[in-house]
Amino acid sequence: MVSDYLQTVDWSRAQFAMTAVYHWFFVPLTLGLSVLIAMMETLYYRTRDDFWRRTTRFWMRLFGINFAIGVATGLILEFEFGTNWSNYSHFVGDIFGAPLAIEGIMAFFLETTFIAVMFFGWNKVGRGFHLASTWLTAVGANLSAWWILVANAWMQYPVGCTFNLQTVRNEMTSFWEVALSPVAVNKFFHTVCSSFTLASLFVVGVSAWYLLRRREDKMARASIALASAFGFVFAVLTAITGDRSGVVVARVQPMKLAAMEALYRGEEGASLTLFGVLRPERERTSDDVFRFSWSIPKLLSMMSFRDAGAFVPGIDDLVDGNPGRGIMPAAEKMARGRVAVGELARYRAAREAGDRAAMAAVERKFDPSAPEGEAFLRDYFAYFGYGYLQSPQQIVPNVPLLFYSFRVMVGAGVFFLLLLAFVWRSNRRGTLVRQRWLLRVCIWTIPLAYLASQAGWVLAEVGRQPWAIQELMPVGIAASKVPSASVGVTFFLFLVLFSALLVAEIGILLRQIKIGPEKIGNE
Amino acid sequence: MDTLTFLQHYWWFVISLLGALLVFLLFVQGGQALVRWIAVDEEERNLVLNATGRKWELTFTTLVTFGGAFFASFPLFYSTSFGGAAYVWTAILFCFVLQAVAYEYRRKPGNVWGARTFDAFLTINGVLGPFLLGAALSTLFTGAPFTVDRLNLADRGGDGHVVISQWATPWHGLDALANGWNVVLGLAVALLAMTLGCQYAMNCIDDGAVVDRARKRMRPLALGFALCFVAWLVRLLCATGYAVDPATGAIVAEPYKYLHNLLAMPYAAAVLLGGAALVARSILLGWRGSRRAVWWGGSGTVSTVLALLLCAGWNNTAYYPSLADMQSSLTIGNSSSSLFTLRTMAWVSLFIPFVAVYIGYAWRAIDRRRLTRAELDEGEHQY
Repeated sequence: MVSDYLQTVDWSRAQFAMTAVYHWFFVPLTLGLSVLIAMMETLYYRTRDDFWRRTTRFWMRLFGINFAIGVATGLILEFEFGTNWSNYSHFVGDIFGAPLAIEGIMAFFLETTFIAVMFFGWNKVGRGFHLASTWLTAVGANLSAWWILVANAWMQYPVGCTFNLQTVRNEMTSFWEVALSPVAVNKFFHTVCSSFTLASLFVVGVSAWYLLRRREDKMARASIALASAFGFVFAVLTAITGDRSGVVVARVQPMKLAAMEALYRGEEGASLTLFGVLRPERERTSDDVFRFSWSIPKLLSMMSFRDAGAFVPGIDDLVDGNPGRGIMPAAEKMARGRVAVGELARYRAAREAGDRAAMAAVERKFDPSAPEGEAFLRDYFAYFGYGYLQSPQQIVPNVPLLFYSFRVMVGAGVFFLLLLAFVWRSNRRGTLVRQRWLLRVCIWTIPLAYLASQAGWVLAEVGRQPWAIQELMPVGIAASKVPSASVGVTFFLFLVLFSALLVAEIGILLRQIKIGPEKIGNE
Repeated sequence: MDTLTFLQHYWWFVISLLGALLVFLLFVQGGQALVRWIAVDEEERNLVLNATGRKWELTFTTLVTFGGAFFASFPLFYSTSFGGAAYVWTAILFCFVLQAVAYEYRRKPGNVWGARTFDAFLTINGVLGPFLLGAALSTLFTGAPFTVDRLNLADRGGDGHVVISQWATPWHGLDALANGWNVVLGLAVALLAMTLGCQYAMNCIDDGAVVDRARKRMRPLALGFALCFVAWLVRLLCATGYAVDPATGAIVAEPYKYLHNLLAMPYAAAVLLGGAALVARSILLGWRGSRRAVWWGGSGTVSTVLALLLCAGWNNTAYYPSLADMQSSLTIGNSSSSLFTLRTMAWVSLFIPFVAVYIGYAWRAIDRRRLTRAELDEGEHQY
């Protein structure tokens, strides 16, 4: 029978995942639309053409509806680190808390202060100040994303820190290593570029609806011209940063790469599966993974290591080890991790017994400035998180979920790139209005953009399971100790609330779109 | 004072300042709670909610930054209080989620749940938000039933797993409401928020009927606040607090600890008394109908709460006393981040004055002219 604590862990994971999924329904549109609005207002500022003022205000209204609920779900995420993940909060709070605080001080205040001017200042402040406020709102939103993604990246790739035995936690040793880690930099640009693409597809899709209805022709075509060009550029950048993500993941999270490729046996010149259908788990063996698949030889090695002949480790290599490739078995890592955790138990026993000599002996092992400590931290503490695992198989995340999520994300991304290019060209030639099938495709691409965006996060977060912090802390010991039933209750409370608010948001958005720019709300 | 100790004190000051600003900004909640009391028809309600609504994001952001700064500078408090008193904090979060969307959605066409639902959300947030935050604030003085043992991390999980910070009762924070003094401070904060909400409405709404009603409603609320706050303060000055020996880290009970703190830190006592005087003056001004009362009330609130929070954490005091195990009590010394993190964050905190300046500038730009019914008809973005 699963203990109440492990049930609490599962409920806490479900609650956090649910909150994150809802949060991410709203954030990408905020990030991208804020920039598009700022560009539209810049056109108004330069041309003094009331058409652009009206267009800006229309998209701004949709932005506002979306913004509020994103803020609300974001608040919950921040505090859930405390309410649901208290062990985690202590273990890495010294590092993880800093980006959250910086986000508040440097970015969030910027965004929320100037958003008030952006919404309410049209007739109260000068045009220049208003334009600056709109840009500052966009800068604040995206700066906010930077810091939160720095925090997330650190969980995927914990750098710039050391373990302090006295405080029993990881402590920051280099702010710049944390803030500018390759995972953080890449994650930020990939996330923001994909968000800009999503927002562009939203603008294109809504504008396409007007063209289908033969309404707001000028606004729709102007919005499509701007958003399709903007979106195409950022779709290309999303692909470039996505490619770079593969390189980074191959080095810092090889299991995530193996799982998303359903690669069980590592190989040199590994092929990339473009599409495939996995066998059910009970039928799947390391040599027979797919019912069918379509692969391109050597492409995975090339994309991961920039070398067509490079060895890409598979799931079996990472679980069972591969001495020839210098890969340690997970069981060995678990044994070493248990030694590291055991030293904490020894330290506690020595402290309770008042045995200063035994305490000093443990302290030397955790002292990075001493040779003994350097060796222990490298050979044992590096596998600390493994010490809490019960079996080597626990390090394997959900393979089918990752495999399909990756293909949905990449497939949709390629489609977006082509669609935006095609739409831009058709709009420029003036043929878009006649291509009604294409306008319908644009509308139905909006939900696809959200699906692809969510798939990206599923890949990132499910792919690092079982770790709350890669190889340092599994989710199984990170949670707070509250009754599982109560976390279950709060899960359903938030689920009902967020779902109700999502329904409200979609209803209001659809109505505002239907009303259009001439007569919005009480205008 | 060594650098680490200095930075611990500095960060407690920053946290206290953010907490004080948050309490002042709860006037938004106060306005929401009173909307049916100071506005009799739909148009007046829109007027009041559009006045407070233009500041809701600021309150929200201050809450988020307060949480983030607490996490960054005193992570053990974040881990212990949020993880332990999870029910109360979750209830607070629930209240604030309701608020965030309510303003934006309440009068939009296509709102499937109806304006009344979102107005009810604003009322719930307006009443419960400040009350629960006040009760939670009070536990920094009255304590909570928790234990802390960092080496519980040596426990390898599974059945009977122990975490670093454990709550000693199954109530997970609701036990705070069993302490009458927490309830009294909760009431005081809720009534203060409503008092400030009235003063803010008087300041920024240009409508004689609404302003007159706000003035009248402010009176009993202000008296209720004064009664609750003075009772809580007197009790605090007579209470036994936990003192920490800076040399050994040992924690002992000390009668009249908070009174001793004020005597040992006369500047804090002066700020507290000055703040209380400013709030009292704001009440008198508001009583007479002055439109500037909120500025006196706001600065008084910030000063008073700042002094109280400094009193909770400075002068070798346990700012989160443990009722289950005295030695588990949290102090700014035993719960802070490392020297490196505090120093790094201190550099970041230099942005705060800059942030304050642009907030002030934007606030003034938006509130330069009082809100009128005509403005609501002009087609500006409105709630």
